[in-house]
Amino acid sequence: MSEQYAVGADAEIWELRLYVTGRSPKCQRAQENLRRACEENVPGRYSIEIVDLLENPRLAADDQILAVPTVVRKLPPPIRKIVGDLSDTEHLLVGMQLRPLGSPAT
Amino acid sequence: MPSVTETPAGPELPKAPTGISGLDQITGGGLPRGRVALVTGSAGTGKTLLGLEFLVAGARDYGEPGVLVTFEESEAKVTRDVRSLGFDLDALGQAGLLALISFRVDPSEILVAGEFDLGPLFVIIEDAIGRTGARRVVLDTIEVLFGALGSDAVLRAELSRLARWLEERGVTAIVTGERGEKSLTRHGIEEYVSDCVIMLDHRVHEEISTRRLRVVKYRGSAHGTNEYPFVISAHGFSVLPVTSIALDYDAPTERVSTGIARLDHMLGGGLFRGSTALVTGSAGTGKTALGANMVNAACQRGERALLISFEESPAQILRNMRSLGLDLRKWQDYGLLRIWAGRPSAFGLESHLASLAMLIEETAPSVAVLDGIASLSHAVPGSEATAMLARQFDMLKTRSITTLTTALGHGDEASTVNVSSLADTWLLLRNTEVNGERNRLLFVLKSRGMAHSNQVREFVLSGDGVELLDVYVGNEGVLTGSARLAQESARRAAEVRQTEEADRHRRELRRAIAEHEARLAAIQDQIADFRAEVDRLDLGEGRLAAAAAADRQAMAAMRWADAGPGKPAGASERPPLPPTAPRPRDADAGTQDVASGGQG
Repeated sequence: MSEQYAVGADAEIWELRLYVTGRSPKCQRAQENLRRACEENVPGRYSIEIVDLLENPRLAADDQILAVPTVVRKLPPPIRKIVGDLSDTEHLLVGMQLRPLGSPAT
Repeated sequence: MPSVTETPAGPELPKAPTGISGLDQITGGGLPRGRVALVTGSAGTGKTLLGLEFLVAGARDYGEPGVLVTFEESEAKVTRDVRSLGFDLDALGQAGLLALISFRVDPSEILVAGEFDLGPLFVIIEDAIGRTGARRVVLDTIEVLFGALGSDAVLRAELSRLARWLEERGVTAIVTGERGEKSLTRHGIEEYVSDCVIMLDHRVHEEISTRRLRVVKYRGSAHGTNEYPFVISAHGFSVLPVTSIALDYDAPTERVSTGIARLDHMLGGGLFRGSTALVTGSAGTGKTALGANMVNAACQRGERALLISFEESPAQILRNMRSLGLDLRKWQDYGLLRIWAGRPSAFGLESHLASLAMLIEETAPSVAVLDGIASLSHAVPGSEATAMLARQFDMLKTRSITTLTTALGHGDEASTVNVSSLADTWLLLRNTEVNGERNRLLFVLKSRGMAHSNQVREFVLSGDGVELLDVYVGNEGVLTGSARLAQESARRAAEVRQTEEADRHRRELRRAIAEHEARLAAIQDQIADFRAEVDRLDLGEGRLAAAAAADRQAMAAMRWADAGPGKPAGASERPPLPPTAPRPRDADAGTQDVASGGQG
């Protein structure tokens, strides 16, 4: 069913933002882990924005980011935050609720 | 730490003043410059406020901009909370002297999945320091992160890194922490910031809360180790050293009248300016009246006075003192007198002290009366009350405010709240109960540095005010009240009796004198009569003799008798002179007389 989804009323889009500071190994790992999880679970229904706080430090305060890497699920609501390099896949999936279409919401 | 150069490195550690006077006093100048200090305490103990005052003082008074990173409250809330204390964070922010960063950490929003670091925190602090040129940073309360981010090992490492990083920046920082059960902080962050640890405490004893501060640790510096009470008042945070570090206040020799002339006299001219007098006595001995007189006298001299009552409302004091002929309202209207009333138990020690400090600051009195401090000992345990009074007295003394404190004392010379040693002058008012009435006595128990009367005086309150009267000391003991009056009238009666007696005696003597004078006059008259009689007799005798001689001559002439060598006729005419001391001249005169007589 991975390629069969249609953007309908019940279709969800995962709008994600990953905060990093530079290109640290942790941040690189997080980016890879996030992409992989999204591809596996919500292929085509996600977007990932990478924000480097070194380039815009004040965003840390504005977006309330204390630790890196942090991924924020802006959509679907509610906003969720996961801190870490996302090596803990189970936490990542639960935290972002990256569930395949049609599976029951937890 | 290349940038720590403001204070020359010497034996003394360079310090950053906190602007909190008591704290700077205890720490000998403030927090260790260029280091991270830990302020720990349970919720609501004033950690945030201490940090904020440190920042505001730096920005406003010491030319050291600051950064506040708060993990507990929003910027708006922090700003609003401290505005009531006179801190305008917005203005400081606009002036580029202060940067506020807040992180709301909601554990329910955050999930940890793998390794992380606190990079963003470093980044944003770096940015804020860059923007403001900050020399001070406060992180309040960083331990919140432990709840939210869970991973203790990572957080410890990160906090340790943060502390080192801040020190490398040369900023003086405060990190606040939650007090743990057994450790200084719940998560042991004292392991990373251990140069200076200040612990705040908020204790409730018998329903009265007291805030305390203790410098647990201060590496490389001497510091006061006691627990110091502190207050959070409308003027912010203030620590009150138990007694001022040194007893070094002035000792003026000028005297201040108590408003009762005879009491001044008993004290050898009044109280020393800036000294502390204590009046103790049981209920209804006139302690308040004594205090009211003191402020009244001050106002009459045109000085400002402060009357603080812990037992009566201002209106009640005004009314009661009016009945003693003291018009205190007048002085209030002139702005010379400030009356403040409040129960210390209602606020606890620290607020009480703070109110006092505030009142003193606002009123700037030369004379202060604290009426009814005994209510303090109800409010707090004895030792704390004593310590508080010591601080109170110090506060007044260092400002050269002459103070009269009244306290309820039950025992005789027992130190009510052990304040006797703190007071320079101690007056004792006592009720005596004799003949079914109570009367008031006043003693001077002690008075440092002044000759004072050892006499007991009766203390009389009347519509004309307060008066001190001599008492009668006799076999029956001290007489007061109606006994004194009786004694007085008895003495007056005795005096009258004495006067009457003397008058009578005087009259008798005068009469005797007159009598004797009259008698004397009569005797003198008699003497004169006798003399006259004698003269008369003498004269008669002469005539008879002369007549006899003439008769004899006539008879001789008739008989033709020869004139003999016998007596010449003239000699026999005078009476013989009384014998006198034989003197040569008399002898000559005698012979002359005889010769002349012989010739005649």
